[in-house]
Amino acid sequence: MLKKEDKIFKNLYNELGWDIESSLKRDDWKNTKDLISKGREWIINEVKTSELRGRGGAGFSTGLKWSFAPKEVGSRPHYLVINADESEPGTCKDRDILRFEPQKLIEGCLIAGFAVNAHVCYIYIRGEYLNEGKRLQEAIDQAYEKKYLGKNACGSGWDFDIHIHFGAGAYICGEETALLESIEGNKGQPRLKPPFPALVGLYGCPTIVNNVETIAVVPTILRRGGKWFSSIGKPKNTGTKIFCISGNVNSPCNVEEEMGIPLKELIEKHAGGVVGGWENLQAVIPGGSSMPLLPKKICDTITMDFDSLIENKSGLGTAGIVVINKDQDIVECMARIARFYKHESCGQCTPCREGSGWMWRILDRVVKRKATYGDVELLSDVTKQIEGHTICAFGEGSAWPVQGLLRHFRKEVESRCREEPLIKKKLNNPYLVDQHLLENKNA
Amino acid sequence: MSLKKVHEDQPKDFKFNSENLKKVEEIFKRYPEKNKKSAVMPLLYLAQRQNDNWIPLAAMKYIANYLSIPYISVYEVATFYTMYNLAPVGKYFIQVCTTTPCLIRGADKIVKLCKDKISPNENEISKQGSCSWMEVECLGACVSAPMVQINDDYYEDLDEKNTKDILESLIKDKPLKPGSYRGRKNTAPEKKLNTNGENHA
Repeated sequence: MLKKEDKIFKNLYNELGWDIESSLKRDDWKNTKDLISKGREWIINEVKTSELRGRGGAGFSTGLKWSFAPKEVGSRPHYLVINADESEPGTCKDRDILRFEPQKLIEGCLIAGFAVNAHVCYIYIRGEYLNEGKRLQEAIDQAYEKKYLGKNACGSGWDFDIHIHFGAGAYICGEETALLESIEGNKGQPRLKPPFPALVGLYGCPTIVNNVETIAVVPTILRRGGKWFSSIGKPKNTGTKIFCISGNVNSPCNVEEEMGIPLKELIEKHAGGVVGGWENLQAVIPGGSSMPLLPKKICDTITMDFDSLIENKSGLGTAGIVVINKDQDIVECMARIARFYKHESCGQCTPCREGSGWMWRILDRVVKRKATYGDVELLSDVTKQIEGHTICAFGEGSAWPVQGLLRHFRKEVESRCREEPLIKKKLNNPYLVDQHLLENKNA
Repeated sequence: MSLKKVHEDQPKDFKFNSENLKKVEEIFKRYPEKNKKSAVMPLLYLAQRQNDNWIPLAAMKYIANYLSIPYISVYEVATFYTMYNLAPVGKYFIQVCTTTPCLIRGADKIVKLCKDKISPNENEISKQGSCSWMEVECLGACVSAPMVQINDDYYEDLDEKNTKDILESLIKDKPLKPGSYRGRKNTAPEKKLNTNGENHA
């Protein structure tokens, strides 16, 4: 259980006021100038010591990411971009930071901007969060008034400006290169990597893209020391994290807790338990919709951190926990997620554009009891044809939840298939012929 | 990527009004001089606001001229992103989140209410009042599920009864206040347990 004094986001529910004066009372902007005067090396090293891993889903080491930015500014300026395009079903943590702890984010932007040699920062907010964006703009204006931003920001000698860019309802823009395309005024379609944004990013310039929560915890880490942060949680999975608990729980909420907290404790202590009691639990999606679900058996003992979830073939992702109890039709829940991915696929890569539709249509047939016995195998095949064959991680994100369903609830899915397949003879051909399958003598 | 149909009756002309022209100048300041194209998304938003919440083709052509970029570059952006409406919507535009976290807390009941109260089909303007509704993907307020977005505001923690009240208030053109409809403070856990989940929709 996280101690009260170790909480970073003290105003997560807006009990203390979001404006700059109230934020100052919570030690925001306390000694930012001193922190910056210790230099780039120190800041990056301290973040490395804290073992902070990106909170946007992939869990990449933040300190390491920052060190990829060129040490000296060449002919091209550097940019810092904050990813506030929070659209993963089950996740709503960044919204509360934007609404109630904007100064933590703004201060983090200044420090991170200094660390990666950027004078300009863009915050990319999803278009639906219009009110949150307006609130953040107000907070930015307040910071400008106090001279914490602008020329010689906070007396540090570093010029720094923050601009907000609104998205317009595309989930894919949460992918960092799609986000950069979107800021440049194009369709949000991801770019091939490499080159990575740290070298060729926004407008072709070196760019560091970070999640809102990652940046917002940085000032507190520097103030209290990287060692303090790494002492919380588990080794390599350190610090605190905002968990969003939604679905069939008695009191759904956002809560800041330490990494590595048992899932059961999280649900029972903070979210008032599963509706109908723990025994009524069917499955949990642990990290936003793109992470495979976990059945009750695993939920009994699992701890919420990056590594132990990967061991169980899932992932922490954004820590958006969706609890599904036995009153729900698990296949329908996953079919709805498949529909989400079908709707949000950007259409650039064929396996994802077509495959996400296939997965939804097959699952929809299963829900309506119109699937054939062969459809389960077909579904499993399609997920494997998507995974790893796309430019960005959207392919995995759409295939993994379906694979998770088949891994843990295959019998449930099979029991709903009613029809005989049209072609009864068992075919050995893969449904979508692919090179690596040809090698397997499968075709 | 969503399928969006361009509206049949298109106005011939579109121009930013003087207030928006000032805003455009502000927007240009955010981006580097040679990357004016970045302003295409904010400009489309301005056009949408000025034109009763939808974007006519004339506005896309106008913006393309304004930014000196090809018309197709504006058109592809306007058709790619779901929040740009290419056909008229109601004065009250209701977007019902139906993705899994909302679905398992009863979003289908809210969709049914919309069908009953507003119009049988999505994106149809209601006979009474001026409302239209559509199903959308996750709006990012999952712990406050089920929820709807009406124009810019989020209405959270809904159930059948208060959704009905909200929809009726829109038809009467006297919208109720946004926010949580279970009286809780933002996303904090509620002390009084919402027993057996019977209180949600």
